[in-house]
Parts: sequence; structure tokens; C-alpha cells
Amino acid sequence: MAEEPLIFARGLVKRFGDFTAVDGIDVSVERGEAFGFLGPNGAGKSSTMRMISCVSPPTAGELRILGMDPVRDGVAIRGRLGVCPQLGNLDTDLSVFENLTTYARYFGLSRAEARRRAGELLEFVQLADRARGKVEPLSGGMKQRLTIARALVNDPEIVLLDEPTTGLDPQARHLLWERLYQLKRQGVTLVLTTHYMDEAEQLCDRLVVMDGGRIVAEGSPRELIGRYSTPEVVELRFAGGADVAVKLDGVGERVDSLPDRVLVYARDGDAVVAEVHRRGLAPLSVLVRRSTLEDVFLHLTGRTLVD
Amino acid sequence: MAVLERHLALYRRLFWASAMSSFLLPVLFLVSIGVGVGGYVGDLDGVSYLQWIVPGVMASTAFQMAVGETTYPVLGDFKWTRGYHAMRATPVRIGDMVAGQVVFMVVRVLPQTVVFLLVVVAFGGLRSWWSVVTPLVCAAVVVASALPVMGFAARIDNDGYFALLFRFVMIPMTLFAGVFFPVSQLPLVAQWLAWVAPLWHGVELCRAATLGVAPPWPVGAHVVCLVVWAVAGGWFAMSGFARRLAV
Repeated sequence: MAEEPLIFARGLVKRFGDFTAVDGIDVSVERGEAFGFLGPNGAGKSSTMRMISCVSPPTAGELRILGMDPVRDGVAIRGRLGVCPQLGNLDTDLSVFENLTTYARYFGLSRAEARRRAGELLEFVQLADRARGKVEPLSGGMKQRLTIARALVNDPEIVLLDEPTTGLDPQARHLLWERLYQLKRQGVTLVLTTHYMDEAEQLCDRLVVMDGGRIVAEGSPRELIGRYSTPEVVELRFAGGADVAVKLDGVGERVDSLPDRVLVYARDGDAVVAEVHRRGLAPLSVLVRRSTLEDVFLHLTGRTLVD
Repeated sequence: MAVLERHLALYRRLFWASAMSSFLLPVLFLVSIGVGVGGYVGDLDGVSYLQWIVPGVMASTAFQMAVGETTYPVLGDFKWTRGYHAMRATPVRIGDMVAGQVVFMVVRVLPQTVVFLLVVVAFGGLRSWWSVVTPLVCAAVVVASALPVMGFAARIDNDGYFALLFRFVMIPMTLFAGVFFPVSQLPLVAQWLAWVAPLWHGVELCRAATLGVAPPWPVGAHVVCLVVWAVAGGWFAMSGFARRLAV
């Protein structure tokens, strides 16, 4: 018999008054997966995460976490989850080490065990040298790593990460991704929200694209790109404006005009560039790149992901 | 228990500063008002004024700590450090959060009251062995006043409301709940208000203990009033926390 999914949702709804944040989504996450919720701000990702982390009761629909009911068995479920929230809530008056030991005690770990775990996890997130220091002077990336360490203190079966790298510089993001990848290799189930396409591509085995509280697409990053985009994309910038789009008709499989640039979707980007020049068009700049989830999102919603 | 440990870990950093204020301030009060003002006032109910206000200062110090520690720190854990939100993501329940906070304050008030008693003995401020129960009375005052204030702190979003609480509840209660003079001096309406205040019951129980006399109401009646405050306050705090953390 197949194992029950760790997270199972059918027709899940969350309403705040008249506002429907999550509008009937179906999700199922298997053990060991890295699963992503991708979407712009306000798509319903965080509301979904809060329902999964058993702090926000669903308005309607079915939700089961680790085979249990999040409303009735919230305490038992939370004991087996690791939550890395979007808004920081580290104890800034405690030391880095104490933040972990104190949190470990919330899960009923013994003091000795809490200290042992804290030491291990600080090694894991490369903060061992800051153990005795205060939280406040840590950089954004360090705080986020500490928050992840804290989320791991109870050896959770599922780790929930709400926009783990928002606001971090590229170097800090890559270090974080690398640590999360290590976790995934250890068999931890990761569930994350992001509005960064590259993050979803880097980390997720499978993801859903959310928009306006609904799921608009589901699959692996490769599948989604294969289904909703072409292997390559050519970005062209012109001095003139929108009228060039007409002249590009039929150059690739599809043409999207954005305010600042024109995107041409094609199997072979270089062939598109050659064709553009053959038609006598002179773009200011030309970029041939691989298709990304950004292109998928644009195709699905007609909007870019930029805030 | 784990919640209590967090508060203790946080408190360790502030221990000396807060120990100074919570041990020293009541002693200063005692010297200035008990000895200074007492020199003019003379005896009250057949005991020296110093002996008369010792229990009042003791109970009101506990009361002020209870209010002080459940206003900004509680709001801060919702709004600024979001410590309660961190707990919410763990198996910690709302009852654990509230209980942890209250037990932390009881743990603080007990040694504070004991040290105060030892200092007061040196001043000759106690008249009865019943004084040994005053730390327990002070703990009861803490529970009965901290819980309703926690419920209040959980419901507000702007710390400006604390100024109202301090001005219109805490200071009047400290002034008019029998700490510095008997409430029988007050007009009847004000006496009614004092009878409702948890502090008055704490003050009268402490006074009965340190002077070795019977309190104005039966002991059981005072205790019941404190228990009513604690139970109603506990419900108010729990529902406030639940509402604040519901998303």
C-alpha cells in the first residue's frame, strides 16, 4: 500500500471576512520531496503555509498533515514540523546559542539534548563561531540561517520555509540554497514559498504556481517549462516601441511585448536572432537565454513576478 | 515550563538592574514615608506608621511589578520580537504561554518579598510571625493583577494605551487601595472602588499578617476576591492571546 502523503489538501479554502486568500486548492506532498508554492505577493502562498503549519484553521475543505487533522491534533503535528517564518521572530535579547536551546525546550527536549542539537545545528548553518554572540548584529543571511537551524531543532519530518531568501544578497542566497539542498539529501521534506523563479528551479522537485488564491499550474520545473514555454527565449530591446512587435510576427513560436522589451519564445534562439537581422530590424540589445519559470509565470498569468 | 525558562534566560541579563530597583525602591519608600512621614503622623491603629505601611509597600511593589512586566514585555512579544508567534509554531499551547509568564513573575516576587521582609525586620517593622505568609499573599496579588493586564496587552496594538492604564488604574490603585492610609478615610464611593481592587485585598491580608491582627473582611472573603480576579483575568488573558494569535 502506498504511503499516505505527508501533506494532503482537497478544496482548501481560507477566507478573511469577505476576502478569499486561498480559493479551493488541491495539494499533495510526498515524503522526501521538495515542494514549492510559487506566485506573486498576495497569491495565497503564506496563508496556505500558515494552514499547513497548524496555526491558522482552514475555512473550508479538507487538510491532513502527517495523516492528522491540523485543528484537532495541532500540538502533535507542530511537534513534528519545522517552521521558518517570513517575519523574523528570533529572540534578539538572547544569544545565538540560547535561541536554539530555548526553542528546543518548547519541543520538550532535555536541556542536555537541547545543547547538543544547538551545537550541531550551528555547525550545520556555519554559525558556530557566533554561538555566544547576540542575534542583533548578525547579517540578514546569518539570521535566516539561524532561523533555519531553529526550525531543525526538533528533527522535523517537514520543514516549512516561507520566502526563505527574500531580501538576501546573492551570496547569502546561494549559501542558504546549498544548506537546504543538504537537508533535502538527508531526506527531509521541504515545503517552501517563493516569488523567485530561480529559487524554485534550484530547490523544488515539484511546484504549484499560485495566482489569486488558485493553483494555475502544477509540475516539476522542467515539465512546466516544457509545457508552457519553449527551450529558449530571446530578449530584444528596441529604441522605437511597441510597433516592432508586428514586424516580429512569426519569428519564433510566440512573441510577448513587455513595456521595456520584447520576448521571443523559440526552440532555437540563435535562429531567431538571425531572422530578426534578416528582416532588417536593429535591436539595441539581444539576449539569448534558457527559458525559466519566469516565462512560465508570464505565460500563465500575463504578468511578470516583479513586485 | 519551557516558556518559564525563556523568561528566566531573558531575565538573567537584566537581573542586577532589576534586582536593584525591586529590592531598593521599596526600602527607599519605607525610609522616606515610613520613617520620614511617620515621624509626623505618629501612631495609626495603635502601631507605628512604619509598621503600618510595611505590608502596603510590600503588596504594592508586587502589584507594580506585575503590571510593569505584563504591559510592554507582553505587547513586545506579540508585536516586536514576536516571541509568542515563535512559540505558536511549536507544541507550546496558549495556556502554556500564559502560565509561563505568570509563573515567571511569581518566581521573581517570592525572593523579592523575602529579602524585603529581612530588611524590614532590621527596622523593627514586623509584629507577628504570621509575616511569613506575606510572600504567598504577594504571589497571589501578582497572579490576580498580572493576568487581566496580560489580557489587556494582548488586545491592544498601540503602547499608548499603557499610559492610560498607568494613569487611571495603576497609580490610583497604588494611592487609594489602603497602602498609605486606611480606605475608611475615603468617601463611600471610593471605598467601593478600593474593595473591588485586587491590591486592596492583598494589602489587607499582608497587614493582618505582619501586625498579627484580623483583616477587615474575613480572610476567606479576601482570598475569594483575589481568586475571582485571577480566574476572570486568566480567561481574559487566554482569550486575548488566542485572538491575537489567530490568523
